[in-house]
Amino acid sequence: MMKKTLTVVLLLAVALIPVAVLAQGGTIKIATQSPLSGGQSAIGVDIKNGAELALEQLKAPLEKMGFKVELAPYDDQANPDNGVANSKNIVADPTILAVVGHYNSGVQIPSSENYHSANLANVSPANTNPKVTDRGYAEVSRIVGRDDVQGVVAAQFVHSKGMKSAYVLHDKTAYGQGIATFFQQEAKKLGMKVQGFEGTEEKANFDAILAPVIAAKSDVIFFGGIYDQASVFFKQAREKGYKGMFISDDGYDSPEAVSIGGPALLEGGGLYYTTVAGPAKLYPGTAKFQTDFKAKYGADPRPFAAQGYDSMAICLKGIEEAAKAAGNKLPARKDVAAAVRKLKDFNGITGKINFNEKGDLTVAKYFVIQVISPDPAKWNDNKIDKTLDIAPPK
Amino acid sequence: MIAVPIRRFYQNPSIRELIRPLGQIISFSAASSVVLSLLILLVALVLRGTAVNEYALSHYQVDILTLTLKNLPQVLIDGITLGFVYAAIALGYTMVYGVLEFINFAHSEIFAIGAFVGVEVLIAMNNAGVFTGISLWAAYGFLIIAILVGMVAAGGTAVLMEIVAYRPLRGAPRLVPLISAIGVSFFLQDLIRLVESLTTGQFHRIFPTFGNFDKRLLISNFDIAGTTLELNIQFKSIIVIIAAVVMLMLLNYIVNATKIGTAIRAVAQDRASASLMGININLCVVVTFLIGGALGGAAGVLYALKFTRIDPFVGFFPGLKAFTAAVLGGIGNLTGALLGGLVLGLLETFAGSYLYIFTMGAAGAEYKDILAFAILIIVLIFRPSGLLGEQVGQKA
Repeated sequence: MMKKTLTVVLLLAVALIPVAVLAQGGTIKIATQSPLSGGQSAIGVDIKNGAELALEQLKAPLEKMGFKVELAPYDDQANPDNGVANSKNIVADPTILAVVGHYNSGVQIPSSENYHSANLANVSPANTNPKVTDRGYAEVSRIVGRDDVQGVVAAQFVHSKGMKSAYVLHDKTAYGQGIATFFQQEAKKLGMKVQGFEGTEEKANFDAILAPVIAAKSDVIFFGGIYDQASVFFKQAREKGYKGMFISDDGYDSPEAVSIGGPALLEGGGLYYTTVAGPAKLYPGTAKFQTDFKAKYGADPRPFAAQGYDSMAICLKGIEEAAKAAGNKLPARKDVAAAVRKLKDFNGITGKINFNEKGDLTVAKYFVIQVISPDPAKWNDNKIDKTLDIAPPK
Repeated sequence: MIAVPIRRFYQNPSIRELIRPLGQIISFSAASSVVLSLLILLVALVLRGTAVNEYALSHYQVDILTLTLKNLPQVLIDGITLGFVYAAIALGYTMVYGVLEFINFAHSEIFAIGAFVGVEVLIAMNNAGVFTGISLWAAYGFLIIAILVGMVAAGGTAVLMEIVAYRPLRGAPRLVPLISAIGVSFFLQDLIRLVESLTTGQFHRIFPTFGNFDKRLLISNFDIAGTTLELNIQFKSIIVIIAAVVMLMLLNYIVNATKIGTAIRAVAQDRASASLMGININLCVVVTFLIGGALGGAAGVLYALKFTRIDPFVGFFPGLKAFTAAVLGGIGNLTGALLGGLVLGLLETFAGSYLYIFTMGAAGAEYKDILAFAILIIVLIFRPSGLLGEQVGQKA
């Protein structure tokens, strides 16, 4: 019996070898990882769509070299376990030469450990936690700013609006807790009173958490986390009579936020968020991208779609450079990663892209945005309160 | 001599069975609220001389006792609202346990199905523009329709579940239907996920904003220790409480004053003898699942109304806690489920609301379940059959 099974397995393995070799022939795959299902899929799907659009529009140079270029989309469900499991599959597929990936820092950080050990290039369209690049991995680069700047920007902004006290909440992920910590540190430094600092994984019933928050009557509530949780929290805070200002982070940047929270959010002190990726129309290079995106997917690009596009463009360019250096042959993963990092003044639709030695942008953009309409369709018209260009901290 | 007609009125069994649970509900809510309030005030008094008081003064500008008092009305209202949601779910667990002696772990998914169907109905109405500029009466009418549809869907699913997954296993060892229940639970959870993600890829749903449910009803303003205390309650909390009370009264009436209720109780006491007396066992079991499921479904819609956001896993924690509430009250005992739900809802809300302040920010609301369940364990050590449970021998 045992012998029989072994024979079958061996036969199968022998049968599969030529298939594997054939598929490897001239195919290059670029993976995307983002939440395609679940509460954060609104953003995750558009990151994938942006990358898909870039692949279609920019794959010509590689095809001329004789390669077949394909997209390999993965769904990380905004969950570290799924992200890591996918990353193992990605690493195991030899045709995948780069990963555009992750919306959540908490998912990117453990998943990229696998990319790092496989020398697989990873360009992040949205991850802002400092640890993403501070590990110094040569494979991991990002095209957005950092939370140790973003949190500071948020704190300085509320301080400039005359806020004296703050209550800080977060979602206990690497991303949410990270940015909340930076906000809290800077707020304290500026002499504001931080009346509370608390994390929660609750998504629906905030009654108990809100009791001390409402009692504190802070001028501003900061929420470090993602819109699908933050908006429900803000809504219930308003229902309990909180009248101050709400401010959140780039995880809040989604039209879903107002469809969850409704018009009450904009009352009182108003609703603000900081972000590292403003609406696509803010970038001069995105006019064509916006019309193409709308033509293909039937809706305006959501935040981070343009970053998804640029991340893919960078990956394609890196692969192209590496392939050229290898004499128009399939390049090694290591060379692709090095080529991505070496790109100089890359012309992305979101601006010129240069990486420093850690993989951060040499200068990143930060925005403070005020939500002005409870209509999700008008999310892209939100008022830009401030735009800043800041280099990463040394 | 008005007492005589009142007594005669009360002795009418159908009226008595409608009114009696109301008395129980009021006395249970009042008693557990008073006990917990006194406890928390005692803790605040003890903490007055410690660093906690200074923490309150520096972070909230009031001393610890005033802070506790100021939060108290809102905490009580939140706790009782949550308690009624738990009670409505717990009744489903306890009814099935009473009749079949097994824990229907898929009941939390019945709750989720009720929530999703009800919310989908409202979302469809919202998309059709039904809610633009409707009167308050119409808003409440539509809410009631959504609750009823949720009840029908949840009750129907529960009956289907009984016929497909549990009835063939009726004679099997106890562990077998339990495993089947866990399987059904996973199946239903993923079924909701599949159906809900067909359209947009997102499987959470948001309760549409309409009517005056988010508004607050101001009850009164009064001064305590120099600070104005605003006592107000959200309309949706009122709706949840009233709906739950009406359902509990109806349930009590069905179980205690109707023929089918008597039959169900007979089956619960002794299935074989009941069968010999000409009672249709399968019908009784189906009705039990139908009623329990409908209650769970209504609780689901009410939960969505109160907390806005639902996802396919929404049933897990409320279901687990309602099960705990049923055990705390004494599983198999309907009054016990009500008491257990109220106590657990209040305990959880009290723990969550005061833990952060009393520990000076060291342990937040996220630890509320530890405290609530620690108390549960203590209660069960001293009363293993629950607060109202009776010591009964195992059924043959």
